[in-house]
Amino acid sequence: MRAERMTWTGQSLPRVEDASLLTGRGRFIDDLGVRPGTLEAAILRAPHAHADILAIDIAAASRMPGVVAVITGRDVAALTTPMVAGLKVKVQNWPIAVDRVRYVGEPVAIVVAADRYRAEDALDAIAVDYRPLPASMDPIASLAAEAPTLHPTAGSNLVSDRHFSYGDPEGAFAAADRVFEIAIRYPRNTGAPMETFGIVAEYDPHEGVYDILANFQGPFSIHTVLARALKVPGNKLRMRMPPDSGGSFGVKQGVAPYALLIAVASRIAGRPVKWIEDRLEHLVGAVAATNRVTTLKAAVTSDGRITALDYDQVEDCGAYPRAPEPATLYRMHGNMSGAYAIDNIAIRNRVVLTNKAPTGLVRGFGGPQVYFALERLIHRIAVGLGLDPLDVIRRNLITAGAFPYRTATGALYDSGDYGAAVALAIGDGRLADLRERQAAARRAGRSYGIGFTAVVEPSVSNMGYITTVLSAEERAKAGPKNGAQASATVAIDPTGSVSVTASSTPQGQGHRTVLAQVVADVFGLQPQEIRVVCELDTGKDAWSIASGNYSSRFAAAVAGAAHIAAGRLKDRLAEVAASQFQARAADIVFAGGKIAVKGESGASAPFGRIAGLTHWSPGLLPDGIEQTIRETAFWTPPELTAPDGADHVNSSLCHGFIFDMCGVEVDRVSGRVRIDRYVTAHDCGRVLHPGMVDGQIRGGFAQALGATFLEELAYAEDGAFLTGTFADYLLPTATEVPDIEVLHMESPSPFTPLGAKGVGEGNCMSTPVCIANAVADALGVADITLPLTPARVAALAADPEPAPPAGAARPQARAGDRTLRGEGSAFVAAPRAEVWATLLDADALASLIPGCHGVRKLSPTHFTAEVTLGIGPVKGRYTAEVKLSDLDAPSAATLSGSVTGALGSGGGSGRITLDDAEGGTRITYVYEAAVGGKVASIGGRLLDGAARAIIGQFFAALARHASPKRPGLLARVRALLKGGRS
Amino acid sequence: MKPAAFDYIRAESLEEALAALAQHGAEARVIAGGQSLLPMLNMRLARPQVIVDIMRLDALRPLRREGNTIVVPAGVRQAELLAWPELAARLPLVAAALPHLGHTQTRSRGTVCGSAAHADPSAEIPLCLVALGGEIHLRSRRKARRVAAADFFTGMMATDKADDEMIEAVTFPMAQPGSGFAFTEFSRRHGDFAIVGCAARVTADRIELTVCGVADRPERRAWPALSGSALDDALNAFAWELDAREDLHASARLRRDLVRSLGRAVIKEAASCV
Amino acid sequence: MRLSADAQHLIRFTLNGSPVNARVEPRLLATDALRHSIGATGTHVGCEHGVCGACTIQIDGAPARACLTLAVQLDGRDVRTVEGLAPAPDRLGVLQEAFRRHHALHCGFCTAGILMSVDAFLKATPDPHEQEVREVVGGHLCRCTGYTSIVAAVIEAAALLRGDGPHV
Repeated sequence: MRAERMTWTGQSLPRVEDASLLTGRGRFIDDLGVRPGTLEAAILRAPHAHADILAIDIAAASRMPGVVAVITGRDVAALTTPMVAGLKVKVQNWPIAVDRVRYVGEPVAIVVAADRYRAEDALDAIAVDYRPLPASMDPIASLAAEAPTLHPTAGSNLVSDRHFSYGDPEGAFAAADRVFEIAIRYPRNTGAPMETFGIVAEYDPHEGVYDILANFQGPFSIHTVLARALKVPGNKLRMRMPPDSGGSFGVKQGVAPYALLIAVASRIAGRPVKWIEDRLEHLVGAVAATNRVTTLKAAVTSDGRITALDYDQVEDCGAYPRAPEPATLYRMHGNMSGAYAIDNIAIRNRVVLTNKAPTGLVRGFGGPQVYFALERLIHRIAVGLGLDPLDVIRRNLITAGAFPYRTATGALYDSGDYGAAVALAIGDGRLADLRERQAAARRAGRSYGIGFTAVVEPSVSNMGYITTVLSAEERAKAGPKNGAQASATVAIDPTGSVSVTASSTPQGQGHRTVLAQVVADVFGLQPQEIRVVCELDTGKDAWSIASGNYSSRFAAAVAGAAHIAAGRLKDRLAEVAASQFQARAADIVFAGGKIAVKGESGASAPFGRIAGLTHWSPGLLPDGIEQTIRETAFWTPPELTAPDGADHVNSSLCHGFIFDMCGVEVDRVSGRVRIDRYVTAHDCGRVLHPGMVDGQIRGGFAQALGATFLEELAYAEDGAFLTGTFADYLLPTATEVPDIEVLHMESPSPFTPLGAKGVGEGNCMSTPVCIANAVADALGVADITLPLTPARVAALAADPEPAPPAGAARPQARAGDRTLRGEGSAFVAAPRAEVWATLLDADALASLIPGCHGVRKLSPTHFTAEVTLGIGPVKGRYTAEVKLSDLDAPSAATLSGSVTGALGSGGGSGRITLDDAEGGTRITYVYEAAVGGKVASIGGRLLDGAARAIIGQFFAALARHASPKRPGLLARVRALLKGGRS
Repeated sequence: MKPAAFDYIRAESLEEALAALAQHGAEARVIAGGQSLLPMLNMRLARPQVIVDIMRLDALRPLRREGNTIVVPAGVRQAELLAWPELAARLPLVAAALPHLGHTQTRSRGTVCGSAAHADPSAEIPLCLVALGGEIHLRSRRKARRVAAADFFTGMMATDKADDEMIEAVTFPMAQPGSGFAFTEFSRRHGDFAIVGCAARVTADRIELTVCGVADRPERRAWPALSGSALDDALNAFAWELDAREDLHASARLRRDLVRSLGRAVIKEAASCV
Repeated sequence: MRLSADAQHLIRFTLNGSPVNARVEPRLLATDALRHSIGATGTHVGCEHGVCGACTIQIDGAPARACLTLAVQLDGRDVRTVEGLAPAPDRLGVLQEAFRRHHALHCGFCTAGILMSVDAFLKATPDPHEQEVREVVGGHLCRCTGYTSIVAAVIEAAALLRGDGPHV
């Protein structure tokens, strides 16, 4: 660390970013103007989880007003190559479906038109002929040989299977007093930034250059992926970021495949093309964190000392192993023992593909998945051994004297005093009082639990960690990958004022403010005198493969690089000043906006005068001193070495520590969990801006609270996506997020220029499992699955349900089964033969379907037609196929049908039985139906009732049709139908 | 996520609005506050050819008292009803339920009648209308008619309103001495649609409980003054009769449990206000 | 008055005290009209289905989701957006200052909508309880802050606007 006085760094200064954001002057991507003539794109997305594309008819769409181009996967494939992935596996990673769709929401076609409204109009006119395939949704089921295979070229859905062994896990387990095991399923969720993706792309056919403006968080390694996919050298892919970005939390890495699509669209359209993702697109297809199935075993001594861990992790990366995946699985590889000193670790890591959206960066990135297993297991060990969980935690923590500490799997923990942080939390967080509150609540018959979690938060990723997925031999062949290049540039203009740029792409973190603080301290200036611009342009800025905004690297790496660059300029300015003042450089001080000779009577000059000298009179520079105009510093920590031959990897440079503690009260009937107190104690090394650190912690906590209680990107067993709006994918609001108590201690990192560590992701790792531990404690249960919805919690707490009154039916429903089942009956005042004849007459049958026209009869019992279906104001046009089978004249038949349209697809079948009844015929029906596509994603809450109503309408019409001559019958039939359970 | 094209009619008179509905029927949609319609337009779930804006019609405001009822015409926004000084005294159930309807930012635009027209099975206004025995005033060029709320809501987003009709007003019977009212609901977040909403009206010899969010429309049951296990049995029977939905946000079991527990709680609270 | 789907129609309204006009199709959303026809890009679009609140503006003094409003519905109305909140171009209003002091914004994308909601709220409720503030802010999604700082900023701004707050 340098010796200048830190006047500003460490202060919670007002942010330079705020005034423009508070007055509507922000410059987010959709706030920027575009070149005249810029077109807008909209994307058609797959309604099926898995289907072959038999044909795409774009003729009608192409003719629509304002439409300039309609682009399919084959058009994109003709101009690009598949995106490279971190895995060596025969899977073609296209950014758009080519011949087959593999998840609901996958891009299928792009319309480029005069504006977004017209582009969406044309989407509705594209006709895609799909052949649906069985979907593979569950990661474990997807491993089975008989599972539907997503990529036949890969041979299997299992695309990576690696075993690791560190120390002697077999020996430790054999010698263990006790072995504890936990099996968990971590759900899919996402960061859901408030600003969606945005891209403006343009192609210069003469220079062969793609220019892409995007609210990307890279460029990092993804620039390379994109350049390769676009078949250009890196210097012909210019990526630029707008000045402001509306949050990312990792997710905006997922702009990458869309950058390809819009780049290609602009090339085909011959004009600049803009695409602003909408929220439905974002939820269905942007970026999900991986869902993971983990079995974790611990070898434990009878007093709670853990001697070995054995992980079996099955990572679900969705439909494509898209770069940088399977990084989520390996980001934590050095940290698999968390905050504990555990020498023996076995790991099996499998990566499996399923028919879900591809995964990628989401805040926490692998941490939530690992810690949910590890910290739940700690709790289970405590319960199993009759110990206090706090004692089990403390018994296993890495001790203060052990730093820098090398974990069994290879991480080098830089600094910390975990025991002191725990003591801080239970002291200042008032654990004794919490325990009294728990005792009082329990005495009153309420369910109150306390949870603890200890977490190591890694930051500044090693670019080489992902290669741990390869075997040592494969790595040797590919060449080593390591390090984490960060860069920053400090420049002085002829007036002597200071500008800073850095290879960071902030999305709201306040990096401009912190860079100004750090550089102002170096030069003895005021922060407001430093002008910071963070709009990365790969065409002219200093950047490298590690540049960008991820793995909480700003404070530790980028701010440090700025500090180094400013320091180098300062050293040279000191030489210049020394020469001007005829003093020794060592005696020059920078303070109060002046450069001066140390001592009360020393000469001095305004900073700008010395600083600008090199512009005006370079001849006055002392011999051997270079310009003081601009300095770019690149910094990469030597500690981040490539994985070694035994798969040890220092996956991250910095390791902060978090200890969380909470008390919760659970309502056993409603399943509502109230957080009584939440305490989070952090050691993130040196704090550069306390207000921002506090903001990162509270913001991370709120996201984690969402992951704990509300958020899941949910799919049905048939592959339908169920959480396509903010009415179904629920984010916490101000009424759900409690105030928390934040505590700090500072163990500066010896490995970073400023002693800072990352802090942005920790609570996403610690909070879900801390609350889960508290809920488990409150209810005395072992298995906790996220998100802790009221129904789930209530089910954990439930007593047997009061039985239905005698005579009432108990509905049979299987969890996760979205099939609609119903039955009903209707009386028709017509003879059975007449009703039967109606069923066998395709024209008559078609006339029963509301809004049905354009019937094409394929056989007397099989036809297709155009139908308009809907409920209330929700209406859509569909192509229907209806077939009658298993005929048992004139008593029974099976009626099956399917519909597809812009709003999605549906299908079902029902058995219809006709019986003679007094004065006519009784129609009885039993059906099963399922609905998918867009309408399932966005209207799920209303869908089942709507589908039931439509089926009911059909049978009402059948009854009506079969007895057309009786006036007043309609009302009677309706009344009867209402009585049926449909 | 942009609406499909439609013609827009800013009705200058009720007759103009009704003429448009008569002409276009199911292809026309009335827009009032737009808080339910616009999301469906933006998602292209609804694609009417014509939108009929009735919010500039003075005839459809303000709310008024008519005999023992409060008439809320179609132009009255939810926030206006909530801000009516007499609301708590005249319509204590509505006063208790309205703050749960969306958020202040949607109540400021959304109308009372619009919520009734949308007929979401979890919504608070249909619940209150059914619980209080309110009426829906429907008007078309052909005729004007009044429908009891219990008959108006026919299912999931389905009502008795014909395609050429619009809701002109809804009426809520005012609270009478000797009746106690209470409302409560359980939702995943404040302002979300209710997983279960319960409204109770209790008099000396009668208990009424209306439940939303469970069946595909609000359902009401009435019992003589019950207590203890007889009330538990009645609530349990009601919970099972509703054939609760299983969806992303709650299980059928939780919905039944909430009918039993919240039902008991609102009945108790209403009884204490008699 | 009938406006046909495929034509553009002139609308006039007051935006932050000044008359503005635009030519719009009936289906154009108020968000798109404000941002792209008029150039008032301070109002942001986060979900286009009325949940996130980023697009909240004031119409005739009441908060409204601009994404659930058609541009033609603005005709003749008094519209306020975040661009109209500050007392002068180089100054911030009391509420805006409080947000800055409390770090009540990170990325700032949702901020305009929250400010417009709270501005209307504090005019109607000058002395709110914390729970009332939470319910109003609860009509917005912010993914960065965790809300604590927003609630604190609103409570402090309310006190300052009443004239009985801490002097800062």
